[in-house]
Amino acid sequence: MADSCFHCGQKLENEDIFFDEKQFCCAGCKTVYEILNLNGLENFYAMNTDAGIRPDDKANRHFEFLDTSEIFDKIIDFSDDGTTLVTFHIPVIHCTSCVWLLESLHDIDGRINYSIVNFSKKEIQVSFNNDKIRLSEVAKLLTQLGYKPAISLDSLDGIKKSQNRTLLYKLVVAGFCFGNIMLLAFPEYTNDNEAWLETNKDFFRWGMFLLSLPVMFFSATDYFKSAWQGIKNRFINIDVPIAIGFWVLFLRSTYDIIFDLSPGYFDSVAGLAFFMLIGKWFQQQTYKSMAFDRDYKSFYPIAVIKIINGTEQPVMLSELKTGDRILIRNEEIIPADAVLMKGEAMIDNSFVTGESKLIRKNQGDKIFAGGKQSGQAIELELIRDVNQSYLTQLWNNEAFHKEESKLNKLTNSISRYFVIIILLIASVSGIFWYFYNSSEVLQVVTAILIITCPCALALSSPFILGNVMRIFGEKKFYIKSTATIESMAKIDEIVFDKTGTITENQNAEVVYSGETLTDEEKSAVKSILKNSNHPLSRILYDKIDSKEFLEVSGYEEVPGKGQQAVVNGMLYKIGSQEFVGENSGKELNKTRVYVSKNGIVKGKFEFSNRYRNGLKKMINRLAPYKISILSGDNDSERDNLAEIFPLGTTFNFGQSPENKLDYIRNLQQKQKTVLMLGDGLNDSGALKQSDVGIVVSDDINNFSPSCDAIIDAKNFGQLPRFLKFSKISIRLIWAAFGISFLYNIVGLFFAITGQLQPVVAAILMPISSISVVIFATFSTRITAGFIFRNLESV
Amino acid sequence: MGIIILMVIASVSLAAVFLALFLWGAKKGQFDEDESPAVRMLMDDKKVKDKIDT
Repeated sequence: MADSCFHCGQKLENEDIFFDEKQFCCAGCKTVYEILNLNGLENFYAMNTDAGIRPDDKANRHFEFLDTSEIFDKIIDFSDDGTTLVTFHIPVIHCTSCVWLLESLHDIDGRINYSIVNFSKKEIQVSFNNDKIRLSEVAKLLTQLGYKPAISLDSLDGIKKSQNRTLLYKLVVAGFCFGNIMLLAFPEYTNDNEAWLETNKDFFRWGMFLLSLPVMFFSATDYFKSAWQGIKNRFINIDVPIAIGFWVLFLRSTYDIIFDLSPGYFDSVAGLAFFMLIGKWFQQQTYKSMAFDRDYKSFYPIAVIKIINGTEQPVMLSELKTGDRILIRNEEIIPADAVLMKGEAMIDNSFVTGESKLIRKNQGDKIFAGGKQSGQAIELELIRDVNQSYLTQLWNNEAFHKEESKLNKLTNSISRYFVIIILLIASVSGIFWYFYNSSEVLQVVTAILIITCPCALALSSPFILGNVMRIFGEKKFYIKSTATIESMAKIDEIVFDKTGTITENQNAEVVYSGETLTDEEKSAVKSILKNSNHPLSRILYDKIDSKEFLEVSGYEEVPGKGQQAVVNGMLYKIGSQEFVGENSGKELNKTRVYVSKNGIVKGKFEFSNRYRNGLKKMINRLAPYKISILSGDNDSERDNLAEIFPLGTTFNFGQSPENKLDYIRNLQQKQKTVLMLGDGLNDSGALKQSDVGIVVSDDINNFSPSCDAIIDAKNFGQLPRFLKFSKISIRLIWAAFGISFLYNIVGLFFAITGQLQPVVAAILMPISSISVVIFATFSTRITAGFIFRNLESV
Repeated sequence: MGIIILMVIASVSLAAVFLALFLWGAKKGQFDEDESPAVRMLMDDKKVKDKIDT
C-alpha cells in the first residue's frame, strides 16, 4: 500500500484522502489532481513523478487587492482592449512539469489566452481577457494549483526594469569587428612587397579603420567611462591603463596609416575589446532567479485591508497613515506599529526577534511592525506610518548604507602599481631613445603603452572568481558577487546565530513512545496544549492528530515545568519528568515532554536533537577560526552548546538585533574580519555589518534578508571547505597575474627595442588572454576536485 | 587579384546582415532565456496528440 501522496510525493502524515484509487496527503493535492484530470492534463504525472507541489493551505489566499485600480495598474505589464498581460514571480517553479502545467493554463480556464514561463527567472507571463476573468482570480487559480505568486512591495517597483542587453550588443559588435578586421589584416602580414598589395593597401587599411570605429565608440565605452570616473575621483582602477591602451592603440594606428608607417594595430584594438567584454559578460551571468538585495519591501505585502466607515477595502501600504484602522487576518504581517482594537491577537515575532513564542496581546496593547498574526482576524489602529515603524528603522540603520566598493579589490590595488611602473618604464625608454635615435621615441613609447595593456591581468580575477562562484553554486552555496570570495579568504572570526542557523527550523521531529493514547486522550492533551504559548506546546499542538476539542477546566501552567488541567473529570499533567512524577535519569540534548493521566504516566513525546546534522564535525574543522554564538533566546542551551563548540568560544544570549550588530562592529573595530551566519530578520543588521554575511536557508525560495551569500542548509557542513577554497583561489589569482606579467615582459622586450610590429602585438595579446582564461578554468576545476573529494553524504 | 576587393566587400556585407539579424533577435528577447525553450521543445503538442489518439 502506497504511503506517499500521488501528487506531491510527501509522506502521508495527518490526513489520508482516497480518491480515484489514489492517495493524497491533503485536500489541496486532491483538488489539483481533479483539475488536471478534468482538463485532460494527466500527462503532468507522466512527465515526472511527484512533480506536484502541495498547495500551502495556510498561505494567504486573499488577492482582492489586485483588483483595485492603482495596484492593478502597477502590477500588470500591459492592458488594452480587454487583453491584459501580467508577469508573476513564482518561486516554487522547479521542473519541466511545472513549465508544462503552467503553460497549459489555457486548457484549465479558457478565459486565459496563453501563459509563458521563464524558467531561469521563475516567472510566468499570463495573457488573459480582463473582461471575463479578474486578476485576482488568475492569482487564485495559480495558488490553487500550488504555484502561489510571490507579490510584495518589491514587485511594484522591481520587475519593470528592462532587460539590460547592451553588454551583449557590445560584445557581439566587438566580435564582428574583430573577425573582419583580422580578415583585412592578413594580406599585409603574409605578403611582403607584392606589387598589387602596395597599390591597394589603402583599401585594407582604411577598411580596418572603419571597422574599428564601432569598437572604439560603442563597444569599449564602458571602460572609458569607468576610467574617467576613477580619474575624476583620484582613484586609479584597472580600467585606467586599459582605456589608455585602447586610445594609444587607436590613435597610433590611425597616425601610422595616414603617414604610411605600418598597417596599424586595429586588430589588436578589436581583439582587446572582444576578450575584455567576454570577461565582463561572463561575470554578468549570475543566478537570475535569486535575490540577494532583499529589504523590508520584499517582506511586506502590497496592500492591507483598511476599514473605512465600516466597510473593508484593500489599500496600498504606501497610502496608510497614522490613525487608520486596518484588518489583519491569519498569517498576515502587521505593517506598522499599531494598537489592538478588536479581536484576539496571538503575535508571532519570530522574524523580528527570532523567538517563535506566540505572544498574546490584549485590547489596547501595542503591537510592533513585523509581527505575524496567528488566529482570527484582528482590527488594529496604526500609531505610526509604515516607514517610521520600528522595522523600517532597523533597515535604515547605518549598516545598510555601507559602501559597496568592494569589487575587484585585488585587481584594483595591483593596477595602481602597474600604472606607475609602466609610466616609469615608458619615460625611461623614451629618454633613452631620445638620445639614441630620436625619431623612434614616439614609436617606442606608444608601443610600450600598447603592449602593457593589462588585458590578461584584468581577466584573471573575473575568470577565476567567476568559476569559483559557479562551483560554489553547484554545491548549493550561492554568493552574490565575486568580491565575497576575496573577503572570505581574509576571515578570522566566525559568528553564528543560534536559532534556525545551527538549529533546524522550528518544526522539530516529535516521536511518541509509551502507551498508545486513545482518541479521547489525544483530544484532551491537544485541548490543554491550546492554552499554552510555550514553543514546545505549539509544536506538539500541531503534531497531535485530533479534530475534537474537549472542555478544559482548572488549567494551570507552571513556567519551566509543565501544565495541568482536568478534562472529563480526569487530571492530565503535561510537562517535564519531575513535574509528571517519573524519575529515570537525565539525558542531554534531548527534549522530552511527558504525559500523565490521573497520576499514571502514559508516555513521552521526544523532540529530537534540533542541531543540524554534522554540526560538531564542521565545528571541529573550523579550528583555526575564533568562534562566537549570538542568540536571541535565553541561556538554557549553554551546556548543550559547550559540548559542541570548542573552548574559547564566546556565547552571548538574549541578544536583540541591535546587540548583534554592535557585537560585530566591536570585533571589526579590533581589526578583525568577521563572517556571520544567520537566518532571519533578527540578524539582518549584523549580517549586513559583517564582512561576509551568509544566510542559512532551508528553502532558498523563502525570504532571506540582505546578505552576501546564501547556503542551503543541507550543505551547511561544507563551510570549512568553502573557506579553504576561497583562500586557495586568491593564490590562484596571483599565479594568473604571474602568467600575464610574463607576457607583458616578453612584449616589453619587443617594445623597448623598437621591434613591436602589428603582427607581434596581434599575436601576443590574444594568446595572453586565452592562456589566462584556460589556466583559470583548469586550475579552479582541479582545485575543486581536490578540496571536495571524499565528501561524506550528509 | 582585384576581385579580392569585391569579395571582401561582399563577405563583410553578408556578415553585417547576420549581425543585424542577431541584434534584432536579441532585441526581441530571443536570447534572454535559454532554459525553458529547451524544455518546452520536448513537450508533446496536445492537440496533435489527441488527433493521433482518436
